[in-house]
Amino acid sequence: MTPVVELREVGREYQGVVALRDVSLTIGRGELVGIVGPSGSGKSTMLNLIGTLDRPTRGEVRIDGHAVRELSDRALSALRASVIGFVFQQFHLSTGMSTVDNVADGLLYAGVGVGQRRRRAVEALKAVGLGHRLTHRPHELSGGERQRVAIARAVVGRPALLLADEPTGNLDSKSGEGVLRLLRSLHEAGTTVLVITHDQEVAATLPRRVDVRDGRVVGDA
Amino acid sequence: MRDLRPARLSPADVLRVGGVGLRARPTRVVLSALGIAIGIAAMISVVGVSTSSREDLDRRLAALGTNLLTAGPGQTLFGEQAHLPTESVGMIGRMAPVLSATATGKVVDAHVYRNDRIPQTQSGGIAVLAARTDLLATVGATVAKGVFLNEATARYPAVVLGHKAAERLGVAAPNEPVHLGGEWFTVVGVLHPAPLAPELDTAALVGWPVAREHLGFDGYPTTVYARAREDAVHSVQANLAATANPEHPDEVEVSRPSDALAAKQATDETLNALLLGLGAVALLVGGVGVANTMVISVLERRAEIGLRRSLGATRSQIRTQFLTESLLLSALGGAAGAVLGVLVTTAYATYQDWPAVVPAWATLGGIAATAVIGTLAGLYPAIRASRLSPTEALATP
Repeated sequence: MTPVVELREVGREYQGVVALRDVSLTIGRGELVGIVGPSGSGKSTMLNLIGTLDRPTRGEVRIDGHAVRELSDRALSALRASVIGFVFQQFHLSTGMSTVDNVADGLLYAGVGVGQRRRRAVEALKAVGLGHRLTHRPHELSGGERQRVAIARAVVGRPALLLADEPTGNLDSKSGEGVLRLLRSLHEAGTTVLVITHDQEVAATLPRRVDVRDGRVVGDA
Repeated sequence: MRDLRPARLSPADVLRVGGVGLRARPTRVVLSALGIAIGIAAMISVVGVSTSSREDLDRRLAALGTNLLTAGPGQTLFGEQAHLPTESVGMIGRMAPVLSATATGKVVDAHVYRNDRIPQTQSGGIAVLAARTDLLATVGATVAKGVFLNEATARYPAVVLGHKAAERLGVAAPNEPVHLGGEWFTVVGVLHPAPLAPELDTAALVGWPVAREHLGFDGYPTTVYARAREDAVHSVQANLAATANPEHPDEVEVSRPSDALAAKQATDETLNALLLGLGAVALLVGGVGVANTMVISVLERRAEIGLRRSLGATRSQIRTQFLTESLLLSALGGAAGAVLGVLVTTAYATYQDWPAVVPAWATLGGIAATAVIGTLAGLYPAIRASRLSPTEALATP
């Protein structure tokens, strides 16, 4: 079975500044992995490369078996639409839309019709414990609830890989714990989850942690 | 391994996504659509008002007939005032295609006053004309109050006033006396405005015999009116001068009053072109407003663009989203402007007592113009949005 994420001697330079060098990493299906490091360590660059939002300057990135180097921008968009779900620190919810429509947008670019998008969005919101918040606007929700809406949007298309970038960064510890619990339950249901964090406490609760420092992987356990 | 091909958005989804930005900022939408609306409304109402006025003229001409011709004395070779022979009316009347002919003659020395105490110089610009009793039928004028001159009253001091002449003299109803050529005349009738013979509006009409006997009228007709058969108007017009004065056809001025009305309309059209140009400028300014709104929208929504890219939107889908938004914005303005333009036209036409007409090409042209403007205004911002790299877009707070 092909691994979900495969990095082979990957490097990324920004105008001569090396953000990432010689990173090799394999993440198998169904894993729950933390990528841990202080700010500036290169973990965000790793997230962008794994999420196919950016391309490496060296080495090879394979996501769900697809070699990123060989794919056009259109094909990468299709890959993101079908294989990867993103959760961001800032939630990135549209203020003008209800939670259902926000979540339904997670299926928009996968070519799902509007009726089915809404139905599956309602299911996903129920699954993250927000069945009572369907018609609310994001600003009517607490931070923890907003992040759970964002998670529902990321998983509504049942992606092979869920990428969470500092998912607890903007939350108090109680809501943060709730969000982590949710990610763990998704992992238990079979989703591959990758959490990027600088928070050692968060990292300590994850079964596998990859430590990044100065653009290199310094530990993988 | 799946084939990686991006899914197409359905047209409904394209509209839905394009409308997201508009729903989030209604005030801005209204204000920038307003610019387009004003431009379109201005252009449609200019076209609508001028079409309505032309339609009104066409209907009036159809009612009045375009077959009325007039002949009047010009100048002699030596620059003196010529005159038409007294037989000219009869000769014109005997032309085969002429249905009827009549005449008025200016009574040069007579003026009309409200009473005998008005100073001589305050004649009010009212001409005293000797009129044949069959004048009204031929020129298509009608009596508003009272009656016109008949064979009997034409011999007595009776006068019929034109529409404006009655106003200037302050005569509201028949049977009032006016002081005309040093004698008291009784007003027997007041005319409606005569569009094909506006000279009658400012005239006091008296009978031919009374003018000769009491007012020193020389008996020469100064305007001969002739109704020709519709199919022969041009040939009558060509031969009118020679018939009116066979000895000196060059001393006769022939005209067709309906042409003068149409010519007035044509001068209005120059003004309309200018107004249309102003409307186009307003529309252009509106388009710049939309472009500005779109540029700001793209700047503000970088994070949304990044998110959509992470959800799997392709560059062309981002481009389409902002182009659709721009098109919706200007279409909104265009629709509002078209409604406004039709309302303005209807209101003005009703006020002027015209039929309200907005030609379909103006409305369709307006819609096409908004589509072009929406595309032009949205193209640059949309391309900028689509070129944004996802990581940069997401890094925006």
